[in-house]
Amino acid sequence: MTYMMPDSMGYFGPFGGRFVPETLMPALEELESCYREAKEDPIFQDQYRGLLKKYVGRPSPLYFAGRLTEYCGGAKIYLKREDLNHTGAHKINNTLGQILLARRMKKKRVVAETGAGQHGVAAATAAALFDMECTVYMGEEDMARQSLNVFRIRLLGAEVVPVSSGSRTLKDAMNEAMRDWVANVENTHYLVGSVAGPHPYPVMVRDFQKVIGEETKDQILAAEGRLPDLVVACVGGGSNAMGIFHPFLETGSALAGVEAAGRGLETGRHAAALAAGSPGVLHGSLSYVLQDTEGQIMLAHSISAGLDYPGVGPEHSFLKESGRVKYTSVTDLEALEAFKILCRTEGVVPALESSHALAEAIRTAPVMGRDAVIVVCLSGRGDKDVETAARVLGVEG
Amino acid sequence: MITGKSRIAGAFSRLRETGEKGLITYITAGYPEPGHTLEILKALADAGSDLVEIGLPFSDPIADGPVIQRASNLALARGTRLADVFDIAHAFRKYADIPVLLMTYYNPVFRSGTVAFVNRARDCGIDGLIVPDLPVEEDSPLRYETAEAGLSLVPLAAPTSTDRRLKKIASRADGFIYCVSVTGVTGPRAEINTDLKSFTNRLRSYTDSPLVVGFGISGPDSALKAAAHCDAVVVGSAIVSAVDGGGGLTGITSRVGRLAREIKDTLRQRKGAGATVPEERTGPPQGRREAGERRGTATI
Repeated sequence: MTYMMPDSMGYFGPFGGRFVPETLMPALEELESCYREAKEDPIFQDQYRGLLKKYVGRPSPLYFAGRLTEYCGGAKIYLKREDLNHTGAHKINNTLGQILLARRMKKKRVVAETGAGQHGVAAATAAALFDMECTVYMGEEDMARQSLNVFRIRLLGAEVVPVSSGSRTLKDAMNEAMRDWVANVENTHYLVGSVAGPHPYPVMVRDFQKVIGEETKDQILAAEGRLPDLVVACVGGGSNAMGIFHPFLETGSALAGVEAAGRGLETGRHAAALAAGSPGVLHGSLSYVLQDTEGQIMLAHSISAGLDYPGVGPEHSFLKESGRVKYTSVTDLEALEAFKILCRTEGVVPALESSHALAEAIRTAPVMGRDAVIVVCLSGRGDKDVETAARVLGVEG
Repeated sequence: MITGKSRIAGAFSRLRETGEKGLITYITAGYPEPGHTLEILKALADAGSDLVEIGLPFSDPIADGPVIQRASNLALARGTRLADVFDIAHAFRKYADIPVLLMTYYNPVFRSGTVAFVNRARDCGIDGLIVPDLPVEEDSPLRYETAEAGLSLVPLAAPTSTDRRLKKIASRADGFIYCVSVTGVTGPRAEINTDLKSFTNRLRSYTDSPLVVGFGISGPDSALKAAAHCDAVVVGSAIVSAVDGGGGLTGITSRVGRLAREIKDTLRQRKGAGATVPEERTGPPQGRREAGERRGTATI
């Protein structure tokens, strides 16, 4: 059976769709048809693939983490090194694709939301490369905990607008970016950073990110002669996870998505929409979301700004209900521990987001046989998180 | 008893008969606190509102500007719950017979379950729903339930809507069509830059339904300008802003009442000039009176 999601209305089973003000509907229709054409256009594809190769530095390595494997004492752990991409995370795969579409639609300006700042940096980078105006919305709390990225975005010539409403994190940044888009839709493209938002964003962002999984498949076959037993990725909105999972959906590999359990699921202070939320409509699509009994969206919590989001992309909701992907969660402390372990065993500083996926691999590897193979999507590098980690762990670690 | 769709249709029939432009006033339920909303609504009704809109506060109001965002956040922070909003509507229904519309984002409806939400709304005397983040492509489940309950689900049109979309929206006209006057979020503007005439004319070529213009109307002047192109105007953020200014509940009700009355009086003065409105329109051949009659038989 071939996996054919979403349907023509942008639904992954019962999830997805388009729940936005009418003002935006024509822009979504235009984007959808532009994307459909571009997908079939060899010139567009060449340009996009060319940028990924020469500008981003793809393919990113699939690295056998020998010392980490030894430390865990079980399955072999490979890391898909998205942290080695230009700008330091997987986000650039998507922003380059979307900026090409924005140009095709003759838009002069892009807006983006950002949590950890990685998407903001990637959006500002793509905008600089193509000489487009760029405004990035970022929650005030996130600006404080990811100040390095705020500086990078500004260096790249983009404007960073602090968002002081609500939780002052990613959710509210996305609200503000949508309001900006509503007001400026005629000349502006909204560069959504995850597999969230109204159709066609979830499918389009997934398609721009699935290069991660395609490369991983070839690389692991070359290294091991077979597909992995388990692929692990962190899930906030879920773009790196959809990118690496998608090419494996119809294989026998087990897939695990890791949400942020924050201070612990039982405390209510977490960001695990799939584990503890329920279906609802947020930011343009129907998906699992953290909400109260009356449909008010609840605040999320995670030490990782990129996962600190009460919703999740609709395709993940579908894959949870279909059972194809197993979703688990990892607390702030477990993620920090994994962060530290990777620094010490491999000399690699991972993003706190990616550290959630690592923590799950570290927990699982020992109970799998030594001939088993795990691939972890190391979605980004952790330079931006050094201050946060130092504060919690102390500089001595 | 006249309720729901027919109460809304009745209000617009009367307006069309008298040639008067309607005023729809909006208030966020629970702002500045849950106990004040009923009195504010009464003041708006007493000031001559033809319809009122009650906004259900939502945590993530993406179609709203700073004024209503702030009001929603405060209303929620002061403990406004769904039950309070329905109770307010119910109490207001006993006070006045004008149509009551509930403006809500889709998630609270979805979370309650569309059947339960719509029945509860009907039982409280609410006549219609306006759901700004529910485009026509996604509204079938809710449209089915509101129709079953005899309520209107008012579709929204925007200046950015293509003709193909306007046609689709027009085919779902239900009570009236809410025309978003600006490309942007709610909130008063110094000037409405949209070419409202060409926007409403485009829509008029597909429908005889009453058209209502909202978003960005701040006072008598902008209301008057917008009213030239529609049957009624919505004043929202300006009313919510008028809540602020001290003086307790008496101060609030006198300020919002004064603003609403000022706007309504201005619209009434235009009544004579209203006769020129159909001539301004280059739309379909149907006369307005004929249109009104047809709508009447279709919906009552």
